[in-house]
Amino acid sequence: MTALLEVRDLQVAFTRRREPDTVAVDGVSFDVAPGQVVGLVGESGCGKSVTSLAIMRLLPARGVRVSGSVRMDGTDLLTLSGSEMRARRGRDLSMVFQDPLSSLNPVIPIGLQVTEVLRRHRGMAGDKARQAAAELLERVGIPDPRRRLDSYPHQLSGGMRQRALIAIALACQPRLLIADEPTTALDVTIQAQILGLLSELVRETGAALIMITHDLGVVAGLCEAVNVLYGGRIVERAQRHRLFATPRHPYTHGLLRSIPRLDAPPGEELEAIRGSVVDNLPWAHACAFAPRCPRAIETCTEVTPVAETSGGRLLRCHNPVPANAE
Amino acid sequence: METSEPLLDVRDLAVHFPIKRGLVLDRTVGHVYAVDGVSLHIGRGETYGLVGESGCGKSTLGRAILRLVDLTTGQVTFDGVDVAQLKGEQLRTMRRRFQMVFQDPMSSLDPRQSVESLLTEGMKAHGLSRGPAADGARLRELVDSVGLPAGALRRYPHEFSGGQRQRIGIARALSVEPDLIVADEPVSALDVSVQAQVLNLLGRLQSELGLTYLVIAHDLAVVRHVSDRVGVMYLGGLVEEAPSQELYDDPQHPYTRALLSAVPVPDPELEDHRERILLTGDLPSPAAPPAGCRFHTRCPWRQPTRCDDERPALRVIAGAPAGHRVACHFAEDIRSGRLQPHRVDVEAVDDVLAPGAVPDLPGSVTEILGR
Ligand SMILES: Nc1ncnc2c1ncn2[C@@H]1O[C@H](COP(=O)(O)OP(=O)(O)OP(=O)(O)O)[C@@H](O)[C@H]1O
Ligand SMILES: Nc1ncnc2c1ncn2[C@@H]1O[C@H](COP(=O)(O)OP(=O)(O)OP(=O)(O)O)[C@@H](O)[C@H]1O
Ligand code: SF4
Ligand code: SF4
Ligand SMILES: [Mg+2]
Ligand SMILES: [Mg+2]
Repeated sequence: MTALLEVRDLQVAFTRRREPDTVAVDGVSFDVAPGQVVGLVGESGCGKSVTSLAIMRLLPARGVRVSGSVRMDGTDLLTLSGSEMRARRGRDLSMVFQDPLSSLNPVIPIGLQVTEVLRRHRGMAGDKARQAAAELLERVGIPDPRRRLDSYPHQLSGGMRQRALIAIALACQPRLLIADEPTTALDVTIQAQILGLLSELVRETGAALIMITHDLGVVAGLCEAVNVLYGGRIVERAQRHRLFATPRHPYTHGLLRSIPRLDAPPGEELEAIRGSVVDNLPWAHACAFAPRCPRAIETCTEVTPVAETSGGRLLRCHNPVPANAE
Repeated sequence: METSEPLLDVRDLAVHFPIKRGLVLDRTVGHVYAVDGVSLHIGRGETYGLVGESGCGKSTLGRAILRLVDLTTGQVTFDGVDVAQLKGEQLRTMRRRFQMVFQDPMSSLDPRQSVESLLTEGMKAHGLSRGPAADGARLRELVDSVGLPAGALRRYPHEFSGGQRQRIGIARALSVEPDLIVADEPVSALDVSVQAQVLNLLGRLQSELGLTYLVIAHDLAVVRHVSDRVGVMYLGGLVEEAPSQELYDDPQHPYTRALLSAVPVPDPELEDHRERILLTGDLPSPAAPPAGCRFHTRCPWRQPTRCDDERPALRVIAGAPAGHRVACHFAEDIRSGRLQPHRVDVEAVDDVLAPGAVPDLPGSVTEILGR
């Protein structure tokens, strides 16, 4: 199957005068097939948001160096002009952010924010746009949608705001939706609603979804292919069933054993991962995870592990957990 | 585990915050019923976990127990003493015995104070200082017990990672040798890979020092993991209370069932075959809690009688173990399967308490997509 989106060797560095660059994303490559749900998972600061902002071309123009390619329909999005990219945003690819309150314009009623997108990208106006906007709000489960068109974002609850944001993101029927921690700010019963809604909508519209989250549980239920990021690089990728049944990168393996599980007997000591990301080594001549890794060998602090793919699994590790270890 | 006489006994506790309006905020136009009639007890050496969604009153309950907010009504008995009646010096002396660990380790630690000064402050205030040599030894013991090197004492909070700062917060609470620690979201600000370190630390300290914990968190998996017993809160009240394994095996309240079924589990097999109880609608405002059973606006088992106008009390239902209490009129019939869930129509809830303040952030979606 040909990919809808091909990310190749994406690198994003933040540059500051008289200081070394911060490489936030470092050689990230992955594909998204049409209609596929792909997960990007990793802890705070591992480069999830920067990856998605780079794909959407929403990084600040100054102080950032982006390299690699992001191909959609054979075009490298990174080479498009500003206006060409604007025409694609919303229509070809769209995005839902973590914090719905700050991603909605606070001084414009919800309805106007939806109709504005419909006007720009689908040429709708007047009553027709308003009608379509109400239908969209209804589709994302906002009760009393006609009245809600005139509400301001702060008058809606967090869950309703996120629904409104999803309505806006999907208003132009994009083929790719990037959701960056769309439920992290929400309560768990509301999260379940929003995740249900998202997977229903992508199934219905055939849109592909890149789901960005730090929550392995969210990924487990939703994503076909899962990419695990650590320190700006993909360290493991596999289909979700395989990844969770036999995690082979020591970080993935350790993470899965360290989180308290709802279905595990309580009271047992968790297998904690030692240290924290501040201990990371630079990828340039080591494995970043080495200081925290229980399987580290001498090579790990001297040689950068390269990503190798075999049997549908990508691994970046000198000494992975044996395949039959579980 | 629990012994006969509870260390903490909370009876009918309520905290109502007045909502003030008018030029000089002199008019009370209503109340936020943050905590509204909660009774619970915690045994010595026990860990009691409180879960519930944002705004249900968990933190307020914890703070009221520590007398950090005033009780509207109710009683808090700590080791046989009615804390609500304490004043001045008596209250100060009592305060040493219960300490709080906060969610955000950075904002709860004064950035200008070294770790050493953060830790000695409480010891001095409570007369636990025993001269430089003894204090020095005590400080080293404290940082060691939370897994930090002795060198940490001379450093400042910003020099540590989030997990390490949370360790400092725990060491500070321990510095005054408390009996009860109220930990309010102790790991929710931490990276996933670091949470286990702090949870294990709390567990180890408890068995070493015989501490009693009230752990407050919105993450049911975390709470269930660390707690002996769990109380589930909804809109200011406890709706269910049970030993933590029992709560998972036999959830009796419709809200607990929905909550359990909504927590994502990192196991695709399980996720694919799980039965989900999706709640519709939002949490009602605690300033206008629904009458009767507070969950009735979202309850898939709501019945035409009683649910709308009679508030259910916490009780043990026939056939359930003594420590398992539930506040639902129809818990027996729901448990036996005689009553089945039904569709719930969504009611729009206005976020009446939302701040009017307008955040100042660039790049709203409309700007991004609408240009
Ligand atoms: N504008 C910026 N200038 C400098 N560094 C930045 C900037 N934005 C992000 N970074 C850095 O890039 C790295 C990756 O950040 P990113 O926001 O992608 O993390 P994330 O995985 O989304 O984390 P989180 O889960 O906290 O959202 C971090 O180390 C961050 O400090
Ligand atoms: N000092 C206060 N004055 C007025 N209202 C308050 C005050 N403190 C809390 N509230 C309100 O009381 C209710 C309960 O708040 P509380 O912080 O106890 O909830 P919580 O369960 O801890 O939520 P979270 O999970 O978000 O921390 C909320 O509606 C909150 O807005
Ligand atoms: S490369 Fe070495 S240090 Fe890195 S994860 Fe693999 S075994 Fe651990
Ligand atoms: S009392 Fe009624 S509304 Fe409340 S939880 Fe029980 S069935 Fe649902
Ligand atoms: Mg992010
Ligand atoms: Mg709280």
